[in-house]
Amino acid sequence: MLLHVAIILPLFVAAMIAVLHKLRQPFHTGWLVLPVPVVLFVYFLLQLPAIQSGETFQSTIPWMPSLGVQFTVLLDGLALLFALLISGIGSLVVLYSIFYLDKTKEALLPFYAYLLLFMGAMLGVVLSDNLIVLYGFWELTSISSFLLIAFWHKREKSKYGAFKSLLITVLGGLAMLAGFILLYLMSGTLSVREIIAGADALLEHSLFVPTLLLILLGAFTKSAQFPFHIWLPDAMEAPTPVSAYLHSATMVKAGIYLVARLSPVFAGNALWFWLVSAVGIATLLYGSYRAMKQTDLKALLAFSTISQLGLIMSLLGMGSAAAFYSGAHGGLLYTKATLAAIFHLINHAIFKGALFMVVGIVDHETGTRNIRKLGGLLSVMPITFSIALIGTFSMAGLPPFNGFLSKEMFYTALLSIMSLDFMNMQSIGVLFPVVAWIASVFTFAYSMILLLRTFSGRPQFEKLEKSPHEAPTGMLLSPVILASLAVVFGLFPNLLSYSLIEPAMAAIHPGLLLSGEKFDVSIRIWHGWTPELFMTIGVVAVGSFVYAAHRRLRPLNQPLFNGTSLNRAYDSGLKLLHDGSRRLTNRYMTGSIRHYLIYVFIFFILSLGWTLYRTDSVSMDFSRFSPVSVYEMVINLVLIIAVLAIPFAKSRMIAIILTGAAGYMITLFFVIFRAPDLALTQMIVETVSVALFLLCFFHLPKLKREATKRSFRVTNVVIAGSVGIIMTLISLKVSDSKLFESISDYYLKYSYEMAGGKNVVNVILVDFRGFDTMLEIVVLGIASFGIYALIRLSMGAQAERAGDAAVPDTRLQPFQQVKSNNVILQMISRFVIFIILTLALYLFFAGHHNPGGGFIGALLTAASLILLTMAYGIQTMREVIPLDFKKLTAFGLLVAILTGIGSFVFEVPFLSHSYGYFNLPLLGETELATAVLFDLGVFMTVVGITMTIILEIGRDK
Amino acid sequence: MELYMSLSIGVLFAVGVYLILTRSLLRIILGTSLLTHGVHLLLLTMSRLKTGAAPLLGEKAAAYVDPLPQALILTSIVISFGVTSFFFVLAYKAYQKLGTDDMEQLRGQDDEQ
Repeated sequence: MLLHVAIILPLFVAAMIAVLHKLRQPFHTGWLVLPVPVVLFVYFLLQLPAIQSGETFQSTIPWMPSLGVQFTVLLDGLALLFALLISGIGSLVVLYSIFYLDKTKEALLPFYAYLLLFMGAMLGVVLSDNLIVLYGFWELTSISSFLLIAFWHKREKSKYGAFKSLLITVLGGLAMLAGFILLYLMSGTLSVREIIAGADALLEHSLFVPTLLLILLGAFTKSAQFPFHIWLPDAMEAPTPVSAYLHSATMVKAGIYLVARLSPVFAGNALWFWLVSAVGIATLLYGSYRAMKQTDLKALLAFSTISQLGLIMSLLGMGSAAAFYSGAHGGLLYTKATLAAIFHLINHAIFKGALFMVVGIVDHETGTRNIRKLGGLLSVMPITFSIALIGTFSMAGLPPFNGFLSKEMFYTALLSIMSLDFMNMQSIGVLFPVVAWIASVFTFAYSMILLLRTFSGRPQFEKLEKSPHEAPTGMLLSPVILASLAVVFGLFPNLLSYSLIEPAMAAIHPGLLLSGEKFDVSIRIWHGWTPELFMTIGVVAVGSFVYAAHRRLRPLNQPLFNGTSLNRAYDSGLKLLHDGSRRLTNRYMTGSIRHYLIYVFIFFILSLGWTLYRTDSVSMDFSRFSPVSVYEMVINLVLIIAVLAIPFAKSRMIAIILTGAAGYMITLFFVIFRAPDLALTQMIVETVSVALFLLCFFHLPKLKREATKRSFRVTNVVIAGSVGIIMTLISLKVSDSKLFESISDYYLKYSYEMAGGKNVVNVILVDFRGFDTMLEIVVLGIASFGIYALIRLSMGAQAERAGDAAVPDTRLQPFQQVKSNNVILQMISRFVIFIILTLALYLFFAGHHNPGGGFIGALLTAASLILLTMAYGIQTMREVIPLDFKKLTAFGLLVAILTGIGSFVFEVPFLSHSYGYFNLPLLGETELATAVLFDLGVFMTVVGITMTIILEIGRDK
Repeated sequence: MELYMSLSIGVLFAVGVYLILTRSLLRIILGTSLLTHGVHLLLLTMSRLKTGAAPLLGEKAAAYVDPLPQALILTSIVISFGVTSFFFVLAYKAYQKLGTDDMEQLRGQDDEQ
């Protein structure tokens, strides 16, 4: 459980940091953050003894058990090593950042939030046992890295670097995810531990090689291996604490972690050995060579990091050779490489962290990181110089610092790999030590460049923006601690080897030892006049020469190829993708709705047509169809003729009348097919719609003959015809077959028993599916308010433009136009309105048992009110019914919702209805149902909506 | 009967689709209401026709027609009234502002950002 807390703690603090900061404003936010990594570091340190004795801790929180995704955390030697690095370096970096970042100038809250986000995510990566969870945390580290690189987001280069790193690492992450899924397909489990346990069975699987490649792609992009390293130099736009933490000590080592963690699965495969070690060696050489040519200190460190990551990667590759020897002890010789890898991983984090901090100090105190402007800082910054000296010597592999030891072990591994007696190792194996030795010469040279050109030589302070002086004590604290560690581990390497390295090795090479045995991890500084020592001496000698010559020899200080060609490939590739996708998108995203509709319909036709064809649905059985009478045939015929005539209508009036005719034919169908409620509703809606159409005509242009191309019309006809045919076939097929029992029988059976209503349609609307109805009237309300807003907003804009001078021209308003000049209409409507209103009220109340209900009553009421308005004008209508219909809508919605909420009082679900029979005075035995109350809400809403729509359109100029 | 209904449905859909593919806003709106009619008839036909009395339990009939599509269609009729009116207002507002009801001229700019 505590392990889960360890991952979640930084994430939690990241979320809470804004609140915490409010409480303790006078402090630098860093002080609030610092306890988090310190506590974590202490916690993980306390786990050391148990892990050392060979224990592992595991705990599981179920997450998506049905998919096999569990949030399982596993603490073993390897995980503990990384956890200590993350929390340890994290503590020092936070401490350093407190002095590095000015609390008055920088946005500290997001900075620390992102940093903690990263810390939690990185801990998640190294502690997760489940591949999917690991992947999630992996991408989270990419995202937090993106956010931190773009911390100074106003700089163009920061944005470029952030985006580049995100693209490359996420691309690799996705490849890795694909690899994980393949791994799952092969092994049937997502747990790393279980996969490793069954690793032998995977070696011969056909998916093994693709899996291996995909996962390595993830690891190589994350750990900036050649040729995916190009994002790391650009990531140096991040604040220096971030570079020290993410881009040298921890995040870029996630790829190393992945290779180490999955090594038990893939080691023993030649491709794995070759790829990991060769890419590593290539990266080592390339990075060290490029580092030598940099003039920016951080760029130099970036390429140095790339090179060192390559070194560790290649060591892991060489260590995997141990798996070629089945049986105990055969491959033990090669595990020395793994030992060196882990040791160098720790050492690199220490000396590179110190060096980044030194560069940060130099940048902070002088205002530049350009080595051409720097020099002679030794006299003013003696402590910084001492730290830099330890760091660079350790990086160059000089005694007595920790880097010397791991470098020597690296040489040992290189020399022993030559003895590998297969895969042509005898012939080409010699390349390994040679290439690595050359890279070491470059490493020595750039280390000296970093140290000497910054601190020694002629001071040229006049080129600097600030007058340099020693950094404040607080800022020196972290690098001093790191430098001391470099010395301590250099002199007493066995402090680390037994406690941390041995358990980590056990995790990388499971099954190589018998139980109870331990790897021999004793590290000695002096082991005689060995070849390794001579290699180091050679490196110093040649390296000194290279350093001395690097300013004069062009190949040593100028790019080998003009311009960085890999970066150019990235840039132009990105541009190509961008332009290409835009061109492609522009081709079909034409902005024409017709085109989009055509896509939709073509997809519809093809998918449904194909399905119909495949399921052999074209053959029909007509025997179950109901009989047909002449009368019905006539209605059908009228409908079809009316509808077919619409496209040919010359005037809009005819088009509307034909549409109306189709609507009334539908009404007749509703009558024939025993749907009285529908017939009533459709009829009233058709009538109200006519009023609506007429009002809108006032604003719309006359129908024009469409001057269109022949192809335009042909396309339309073909698509429309196909849709029609498909729909006919579907309709026939559906009527032809019955696949399952309908839920309708339930409604028919229980409508009266449970809801006390005999009109099943109405009961479904207000009771069984009351929630749907409620949301429906909400949608209607939104539509009516949308209309109101459309009209009112543009009216406001027009009024503004016209100013006060414009006299409102009432003649054009359709409702005012008919004001009091139609006596017959007025006389008749005076009576008719009351008849309609009475009918409406009757239909509303009858609705529960007979045709009618809230919708129908409301539409009829609205119809009568529209008639009133037409006969007497808007003004009279307002005086007779002084109601704001928008408020009526809202009130109706409120009634409906409150009826629903009322159910809670009786502790039943939302919108549960109840009914009963009461003996009321005058009325006698009367049924009262809460459903009627709900229907009243529907009634008021629909009246409000309809009237709002009609009146607003009528009022619009 | 289902055969003739299906033909009507096909015609309603075909003409509806044809109309919404044209360029005039008014025709497009009429097209949507024809599509709505088509959907209503389809729902009704799906539940099989003439299987009994109207779904009013007071009729005391042996069998009733399926009430569920009726409930669906009833809400749909009212909704489509709301949507059609919204369409209309949107259409004539667009016409007032932009001076055209031709969809080909109402398309977005080439590089709308």
